Amino acid sequence: MAIKIYIPRETTASSLGAETLVEAIKTEALYRKIDIEIVRNGSRGACFLEPLVEVVTASGKVGYGPVQLEDVPELFDAGFLQGGKHKLALGNVEELPWFKNQERLTFARCGIIAATSVEEYKQLGGFVGLQNTLAKDSKGIIQDVLDSGLRGRGGAAFPTGIKWRTVAEASADQKYIVCNADEGDSGTFSDRMIMEGDPLSLVEGMTIAGIAVGATKGFIYLRSEYPLTQEILLEAIANAKAAGYLGNNILGTAHTFELEVRMGAGAYICGEETSLLESLEGKRGQIRFKPPLPALKGLFGRPTVVNNVISLATIPVIMEKGGKHYANFGRARSLGTMPFQLGGNIKQGGLVEKAFGLTLRQLIEDFGAGTATGKPIRAVQVGGPLGAYFPAALLDTPLDYEDFAKAGGMLGHGGVVVFDETVNMAKMARFSMEFCAIESCGKCTPCRIGSVRGMETIDRIVAAASEPERDAQHIILKDLCETMESASLCAMGGLTPMPVMSAVKHFKGDFQ
Amino acid sequence: MMQLATPGKFRDFTLEAASEAVQEFRNQPGTLIVALHKLQEIFGYVDEAAMPMLAKVFNVSRAEVHGVTSFYHDFRRSKPGRYTVRVCQAEACQAMGAEQLTAAIKAELNCDFHETTADGKFSLEPVYCLGNCACSPNIMIDKQTYGRVSPASFKALAAKLASKVEDGE
Repeated sequence: MAIKIYIPRETTASSLGAETLVEAIKTEALYRKIDIEIVRNGSRGACFLEPLVEVVTASGKVGYGPVQLEDVPELFDAGFLQGGKHKLALGNVEELPWFKNQERLTFARCGIIAATSVEEYKQLGGFVGLQNTLAKDSKGIIQDVLDSGLRGRGGAAFPTGIKWRTVAEASADQKYIVCNADEGDSGTFSDRMIMEGDPLSLVEGMTIAGIAVGATKGFIYLRSEYPLTQEILLEAIANAKAAGYLGNNILGTAHTFELEVRMGAGAYICGEETSLLESLEGKRGQIRFKPPLPALKGLFGRPTVVNNVISLATIPVIMEKGGKHYANFGRARSLGTMPFQLGGNIKQGGLVEKAFGLTLRQLIEDFGAGTATGKPIRAVQVGGPLGAYFPAALLDTPLDYEDFAKAGGMLGHGGVVVFDETVNMAKMARFSMEFCAIESCGKCTPCRIGSVRGMETIDRIVAAASEPERDAQHIILKDLCETMESASLCAMGGLTPMPVMSAVKHFKGDFQ
Repeated sequence: MMQLATPGKFRDFTLEAASEAVQEFRNQPGTLIVALHKLQEIFGYVDEAAMPMLAKVFNVSRAEVHGVTSFYHDFRRSKPGRYTVRVCQAEACQAMGAEQLTAAIKAELNCDFHETTADGKFSLEPVYCLGNCACSPNIMIDKQTYGRVSPASFKALAAKLASKVEDGE
């Protein structure tokens, strides 16, 4: 029988040479006349171990990583196909503290199964949630989602169940489920990882959403920077359809749900839900005034659920194990788990799914093992380009929506970007303004013009010849940020002041 | 070891070919952006001459087609080089030296952002996040992302790609 080898078909692994590695292993096995079968999974999320190669042996899966092309002959010599000893051998990777200390609900299957296989998906609890859904009415399904305490994982943290109820109660000839997969925040990659590693969980989650609110059509709006993700999603959708989990008469019921993937075109602002809807309608991605809420007047003017990838991909486990089971994780108003993403200057970067409540320090030190450069941490940006910069003194802040807000930050999409002592925070603050200027949709003045004036003001602060002159510019910057915060139409202009003012607050010495 | 990206082989623009390519989207709501992507996939950019045709197919004004095309960073108005190199400029990559890498790439290709090298082999663009933030700094060449790129590894990669163009691939 062929020996099974798992090698991720996934952006991180691919960016580090996984595709050439697959070819090399195949060639070497052919040369040595060994019968192998290569299975393409997603990443388990330990980016520092990619490309991670796992071999199925008599005593379970044995991992080797990070494997480089030149390691291949040596691995064969060491008998890695039988779990042989080698300097890259990791044993059963699930026993590594990095994985063992996680609480994986949304990402339970990610990296373990062949990513687009309906069979393997079902072996690990896949489509049980959908089966349970089909036994309930709309109210019952939404009650489970309400019980779970799930809040939008895209960043805004709005209760998912309430959004669904609004759409379910609206009457219209057509309703839509829109998945926001325009994951543009720097430092975030959990959407990509689940879509590449367990895309069927998103397919199932969207189907359940459709049944719950009475929508028969869904769109996944995927950013164009993720071409491999698109390929994998399309494959998963085709497989789900062939197995009767999508399309007409889902599992022999009267329910219909169709799913389409649409690509974005490089505009960060299209991650804002109303811009995204404009873009899906084929227009410029300019934001819409709210109200009306997309839940009532969304895509093509119809009631629309717009949810983030992680929110939707978490629905299957909620429907499988019950809302109350999910709510057992986390604390206070931050219930369940969050897939945190460790990036930037970090030694062991990757995806860590944990219940809310661990501290930023535990995440960065226990999982991340500190900076990649080995230098002390100076700043950490949490929540993407619109999130606050925290100094090392705030590392003990618990990762919880409310605690983070109290400390002057936001969890956003759970991205954590670490900087070492070489970072210049005035430069980072200026970059926040510059990014806003580049990506502003242009509809409202505080964002469109304010960001440009912000860049100029920070330049003047840094170039100031005297302290009084510098202080005067600081007053202007603060005033400008207050205007942007309160008068912008959406979070782009409204939150750009957060990284800027947090940098001023905690690292004022850099502004000269 | 890095793998090679698929070379972008673009056809010369003709209005007939462009028109034929977008017919499938006629009467499909909201597919103007899908059509623009398709044109770009075939020709490498969206030619000015395609705008009036698109306006007709999608039953919108030329101004609207122009507005959509110019709004999105992805859509080019002129033919790109054989390979498009995107260098991430976002925070996570900055934390790992994206600024130095960007300077090295610009020097290596002797070309700035939004420009194409004189020999037509490479176009250089900035990008804000490729979703590979634990392996920064990142670049993307056509559809392939490369992680933990250094000035030296870029140089080797660019040389390999350039020689592929010379070999007529």
